[in-house]
Amino acid sequence: MKKFINNVDDFLKESLNGFGNAHSDIIKVNFEPNFISRKTKTKEGKVSLISGGGSGHEPMHGGFVGHGMLDAACPGFVFSAPTPDQMQAAAEHVDSGAGVLFIVKNYSGDIMNFQMGAEMYSGKNDSIITNDDVAVEDSTFTTGRRGVAATVLVEKIVGSLAENGGSLEECKKLGEKVNKNSGTMGVAFTSCTVPAAGKPTFDIGNDEMEFGVGIHGEPGRKREKIQPSKTIVNNMLEAILDDLKPQKNEKTTLFINGMGGTPLTELYLVYNDACEILKSKGIEITRSLVGNYCTSLEMQGASITLLKCDDEILKNWDAPVHTAAMRWGM
Amino acid sequence: MITETKGYMSVNFLISQAKNIQIVINENAAEIEALDQNIGDGDHIFNVQRGLKLVVELEDNIKNLPMQKGLNMIAMKVLSGIGGSSGALFGTFFMSMAKTPDLDKDIDFNKACEMVITGINAMKERGKADVGEKTMMDVLIPVSEKLNELKGGNTDMKEGLGEIIKIAEDRMLGTKDMLATKGRASFLGERAKGHIDPGARSSQLIIDTICKSLINK
Repeated sequence: MKKFINNVDDFLKESLNGFGNAHSDIIKVNFEPNFISRKTKTKEGKVSLISGGGSGHEPMHGGFVGHGMLDAACPGFVFSAPTPDQMQAAAEHVDSGAGVLFIVKNYSGDIMNFQMGAEMYSGKNDSIITNDDVAVEDSTFTTGRRGVAATVLVEKIVGSLAENGGSLEECKKLGEKVNKNSGTMGVAFTSCTVPAAGKPTFDIGNDEMEFGVGIHGEPGRKREKIQPSKTIVNNMLEAILDDLKPQKNEKTTLFINGMGGTPLTELYLVYNDACEILKSKGIEITRSLVGNYCTSLEMQGASITLLKCDDEILKNWDAPVHTAAMRWGM
Repeated sequence: MITETKGYMSVNFLISQAKNIQIVINENAAEIEALDQNIGDGDHIFNVQRGLKLVVELEDNIKNLPMQKGLNMIAMKVLSGIGGSSGALFGTFFMSMAKTPDLDKDIDFNKACEMVITGINAMKERGKADVGEKTMMDVLIPVSEKLNELKGGNTDMKEGLGEIIKIAEDRMLGTKDMLATKGRASFLGERAKGHIDPGARSSQLIIDTICKSLINK
């Protein structure tokens, strides 16, 4: 394992500390229990948005704390859900009285810990669960689809509504709409190494890729031989379009997300391929996002998220945001 | 004999079991990690090891406490110190055990069974998982059912504990050919088949360790 580490046990603490110092104009890192909050107090009447999950997906979620997005984020150990006391402490810290909306990715550990945190918090609260990953079959018998990169879009769009005075119910409703209108598909070329493990999570051949990979290096739909980008992107989009079934000329946001180890040059190449394919199918790309937003440590790979957009979604997407990882309009 | 009633279970008993379990889990860590990497993401063993370490380190703070207080402190430590599914589930286990009535009296074998059964029921509720879903509940639920049978029955306790060891092992091995419908392995579909569930393995090791130490008492 080659990583910037002093001591495995201090990995998270030191990284959070650095994050806090680097972005002290926007956020504050609180320790024991760990949570990242905005530097400023939540304004009265504003619904607070809190997300969280295992670390290793940076900038998600701490990088999305700030004006127009989250009020707090609860980082767990690398790839392990955060603990209920973190959510409780974060909620107590940020809630201005208008209530708290927890944004949770659909993974068993996250669901259970957020549920317990919500039970322990005495103030008004509700939750939305993201499950945009089309790689996983959804049925009543399984945990269901994973919550992955579309969580970024949910946090941005609902964050804008909350900033502009949306009620807890309205925020939840919009979040669920964004989640329902998005589909994500991921591909990995390499594995990633959890610091505590010291070795790669899975073995993968030099000429292989994992199609439908999750954001923790957990296996996806199938193992395949690597192919030209156009073919990979086409297969990814096919899975998404099968699921989303967009209308002809439907407005969409195209989000190409890096898994942490793939350079931006490649992500833009993926964007280029995706644009061409979507245009040929008569789908309109109205907004774009390209970069490393929902990562899996140093994994090489990318995910594509497509979000069907109506005016409400577009308006909130365009609204000003100022966080460590996303900033526009202010 | 383990049917002795006085002081059957105490906070010190829990700590000494945690120490035994820590040794066994550490001995089998590589195997559990490998199982998790096959069908999960490899965090289970670290979570279990971290939890055991935290409980063992609590010794000086809790060794003289009554059972309910001790269990609640263990529960909060586990809940806030582990994370992931294991933290929520084992935290729920201890928290619910602490809610068993009459813990201020001497805890006999039947009461100890009742505590464990209460704890496992709460885990089942929290994780919304039942048997046959390729999780630790495949081991824990049948064990809880057997404890319920033993509780107040006429079976020799050592014999009963021997049966529990067997049930845990069979059910752990039985997860190998299951499709997962809960937890991260559920995202794999058919590909999860052929691998023992890491949570089922760690739970089986825990039960095996406790039962054996009681049999040899």
